[in-house]
Amino acid sequence: MNKTVDNWEPKIVAFLCNWCSYAGADLAGVSRLQYPPNLRVIRVPCSGRINPLYIVKALQQGVDGVLVSGCHPGDCHYISGNLVARRKFALLKNFLAYLGIEPERVQFSWVSASEGSRFAALIEKVVDEVKELGPAKKLVKKGL
Amino acid sequence: MHKKAMVIGGGIAGIQAALDLGEMGVETYLVEKGPSVGGRMAQLDKTFPTNDCAMCILSPKLVEVGSHPYVTIVSNAEVLSLEGSPCNFRVKVLKKPRYVDEDKCTGCGICMSKCPIKIPDPYNKGLSQTKCIRIPFPQAVPAIPIMDKETCRYHLTGKCRVCEKFCEVKAIDFEQKEQVLELEVGSVILACGSQEFNASLKNEYGYKLFPNVVTSIEFERILSASGPTSGHVVRPSDGKEPKRIAILQCVGSRETQAGNEHCSAICCMQAAKDAIITQEHLPEVQTAIFYMDVRAYGKGFDRFVDMAKEQHKTRFICGRIASVESNPHTDTLLIQYITQEGIINREEFDLLVLSVGLEPSESSMDAARRLVVFMDTRGFLETNTFRPVNTTRPGVFSCGSISGPKDIPESVMEASGAASAAAALLGELQSKEIRFEYPQELDIRGIPPRVGVFICRCGINIASTVDVPQVVEYVSRLPGVKHAQELLFACAQDSQKIIKAAIEEKGLNRIVVSACTPRTHEPMFQKTLKESGVNPYLFEFANIREQCSWVHQKEPEKATEKAKDLTRNSIVKVVFAEPLYKETLDVKKEALIIGGGLAGMTAALDLAEQNFQVHLVEKEKELGGNLRHVHTTLKGEESAPILKALDEEVNKNPRIKLYMNARIREISGYIGNFKTVLDPPLSEIEHGVVIIASGGEEYQPKEYLYGEDDRVVTQRELEDMLNGSDKSKLSSLATVVMIQCVGSRDDERTYCSRVCCSNAIKNAIKLKELNPRPAVYVLFRDIRTYGLKESFYRSAREKGIIFIRYDKEEKPDVHKNSNGLAVDVRDKILNKTLAINPDLLVLSAGIIPNPENKLLSQFLKVPLDPDGFFLEAHVKLRPVDFATDGVFVCGLAHYPKDIGETIAQARAAAGRAATVLSKDTIEAEGKVSYIREERCNGCGACVEVCVYNAIELDTEKRIATINEALCKGCGACAATCLASAIDLKGFRNEQILEALEAI
Repeated sequence: MNKTVDNWEPKIVAFLCNWCSYAGADLAGVSRLQYPPNLRVIRVPCSGRINPLYIVKALQQGVDGVLVSGCHPGDCHYISGNLVARRKFALLKNFLAYLGIEPERVQFSWVSASEGSRFAALIEKVVDEVKELGPAKKLVKKGL
Repeated sequence: MHKKAMVIGGGIAGIQAALDLGEMGVETYLVEKGPSVGGRMAQLDKTFPTNDCAMCILSPKLVEVGSHPYVTIVSNAEVLSLEGSPCNFRVKVLKKPRYVDEDKCTGCGICMSKCPIKIPDPYNKGLSQTKCIRIPFPQAVPAIPIMDKETCRYHLTGKCRVCEKFCEVKAIDFEQKEQVLELEVGSVILACGSQEFNASLKNEYGYKLFPNVVTSIEFERILSASGPTSGHVVRPSDGKEPKRIAILQCVGSRETQAGNEHCSAICCMQAAKDAIITQEHLPEVQTAIFYMDVRAYGKGFDRFVDMAKEQHKTRFICGRIASVESNPHTDTLLIQYITQEGIINREEFDLLVLSVGLEPSESSMDAARRLVVFMDTRGFLETNTFRPVNTTRPGVFSCGSISGPKDIPESVMEASGAASAAAALLGELQSKEIRFEYPQELDIRGIPPRVGVFICRCGINIASTVDVPQVVEYVSRLPGVKHAQELLFACAQDSQKIIKAAIEEKGLNRIVVSACTPRTHEPMFQKTLKESGVNPYLFEFANIREQCSWVHQKEPEKATEKAKDLTRNSIVKVVFAEPLYKETLDVKKEALIIGGGLAGMTAALDLAEQNFQVHLVEKEKELGGNLRHVHTTLKGEESAPILKALDEEVNKNPRIKLYMNARIREISGYIGNFKTVLDPPLSEIEHGVVIIASGGEEYQPKEYLYGEDDRVVTQRELEDMLNGSDKSKLSSLATVVMIQCVGSRDDERTYCSRVCCSNAIKNAIKLKELNPRPAVYVLFRDIRTYGLKESFYRSAREKGIIFIRYDKEEKPDVHKNSNGLAVDVRDKILNKTLAINPDLLVLSAGIIPNPENKLLSQFLKVPLDPDGFFLEAHVKLRPVDFATDGVFVCGLAHYPKDIGETIAQARAAAGRAATVLSKDTIEAEGKVSYIREERCNGCGACVEVCVYNAIELDTEKRIATINEALCKGCGACAATCLASAIDLKGFRNEQILEALEAI
């Protein structure tokens, strides 16, 4: 992964739930809303599926930012999976803060299937904030 | 006999009816007049009272109906005639030209982007522009463009053909002609819906005269993230955010001068919703809703209105707008209105939203005429209270707002009810499994991954941004990849042949397609795999169109890099994929129905008619429930003969087994395989589904001297008197007072009991008919004669019945004095306290839930709402289902409702139950959770997070067990398990972690 400062571009992993946020990302595309190409999406059935370990793993792999997005509270396709996720991530946030990971690196959001523009704006914001922070090195395994 | 059906109208009601019929194995034509199914719901931003995003919940239904093997969508078409008799109809359908070949078009949309002609976008109510050739909206089904001949440059001038030039699959056909299809079906469902009132007819409100006056549906588009302003709430004149918004109710409803006499049933809640959402967009906004009555008569509606008032600063002003002026310099509106106290106010607003009513549409009236079914004088379909989904023509059923304005859940209930009725007519349904012949599946055990990668150019949609050959070149060198190639359109039929040939020639055992979104196209490629003998779960999709080429159009190099990354990730994920198989389970084709009231009996008869064995359990010694106390309907139909006929039919039906004076002692099992112990007899019944029809009860008032004075009775007691021997006593009355909302809408029970206003009006009219002399006063908070019931409110007022509004804070005072009973009530209009001395005080006591609901909910592991009624899976789109499969609800167990609504819902529950019972086996999801027993320590954390009750703790072995039949594959358990003992097939930890390694 290229981490020289001159042409550094952050790499951001987004875990998107299939029913709302992934559909919101699709709508951004259908609406041809432009946003920075730094995102790599991993589709999951529900934000409740996301094991906090995945986020730590992504940071260990040298990813500079992680975005997790599910359905709005109340909209979950699986009734309350997003609330299960919310509880987990509240704890994870504390853990990451304890490790010294800046809060902007790991962000949680809700995007519905009709919020294409919200999705595009969110990506813009996350990319900007992670750029501001510079490359993530804290958890990167040696040798990468 | 044709075991086929036709649904006319592709709104939410028609979609649901078609899906239910399809699931019951009935081949169904869904005829839609427009270019896409979806109806009005597709234009809504959110839905009340949960503020669910309308498109989020609708679009999966659109995809489902578009890909259902038993549903054929005939879009851009209308029905010309219906001949023949039930079970043997011949229908002529006129299919109008789209000027696009539906078989060839891939929906890539290039024609739309290249077309030079802009026209107002009907989807956005003309608030934005679209192209002359256009896909109606992004989620449209079918996703095929339609050309507007009237504005097409080629059609007008003979020159242009730009769309044709760019269409790579040659789908444009300028010469397309009308086509008349002749179809044979056994039953027909009319679901053509309604239309919005034309606000221009009420020009005193300034619609189309002033720029900042919009209709509620236009405002809905303005609020929508996919609307003309991308969800920025701005006023049309200057694009500025409004600070003060007025919403005027009943525009074109509840008035006869230019509008309609009926109430449109949905607008009060829509206004409350819009006020809440607007305030979420613009925290500082001040919204005022001008209303006549707040008709929040549904489940959770009153709480929603309270939320609008208390948390979202919405003013509800009881009064009408007298005049609207617009300041020509600022386009700000000066609104003059009169409050109920008679005070004239003038106030400035930045935006006025007119809550336009619903009325019969021209096209639905045309359809009714062509099908020769009767309409009422207003143009809505004529229905009988006891036959809510039947039209006047046998074999033709109806659902949705074609028979009167109604909201989404009621339309959906009627749709499932109509589907059930239409299927019952067709008789015993063959349990036709939807099976296709697939070749023997390859056994991949021990064979190293041989991945085939196909990169789609999507015409120029992907290829103009992403360097597709470069991606192909890159991925072909990745480990495991044995074949990589590009395709012009991966979804085209000839591409499927190419993929199959590559699988065969190169011995591929895993496939990756990099193209558009898996949400629409994954099932199609999975079918291609199955046809080649490859397990459909050995497939991964990389989305390089919606999430790459379309959103990085100006950065082709970076987009190409991203496309490589996304494809590489999918390759890694597919390498670690395993073949998955769907569990099947047998279905016991019998139903248990709990409750022998109107709902239970109706559902039982519907299922019996479809040849399913029914066990009907009633806790009392006779059938009928609350219907025994309802003597007539609002329309005046007698209920006793209906009840008698139902009772006889249920008793003599050989497929219905009755258990009287019986209770449920225990229920266990799951969809397809429930076991229930009754008492008496203490025997076990096996059944595949459960319908809860446990009913409700009349509230026993503790207030207003009820039980202390004989002159105080409930509406039910009055109805018994009106229809019994006590009738003569009533003729001597001089003054009667009725008090509404007794035991409803108070602090203890916050909900509206929905039927009491109509009941009071029904009885008041009866009293007046018996003897016109007595003064009848109805003390009310809001009169909620929603929909077509409004005409009875009007007729009550015409008969001289006096209606006096009171506030929750200032309830009427009832006491005894020297003159007998005394009722004091504050009349706001007169600004005086009135003292009335009635001979009879009638309390409109509300409906309370059956106290046994709690126990039933525990038996069946289904939830109750805060008021004690059963809480359905989704208030809008799954109104009779639960998250737990195989359990359904109808009647008062769900929420207070009238006779017609109860019957419609009961038929819906029967229809939904039949979709299960008509199958021999049920297929579970393929991507489900599984347990590694050796790791499980039986902590039970997974049991807690599973809302589907799919996980149980084996207390003996101290491990969790998963019932794959119930698992929906959300994965919450897998993410929660601290011991990594649970994993989710298709999204296994290993797959995701490996994909992250390759990021």
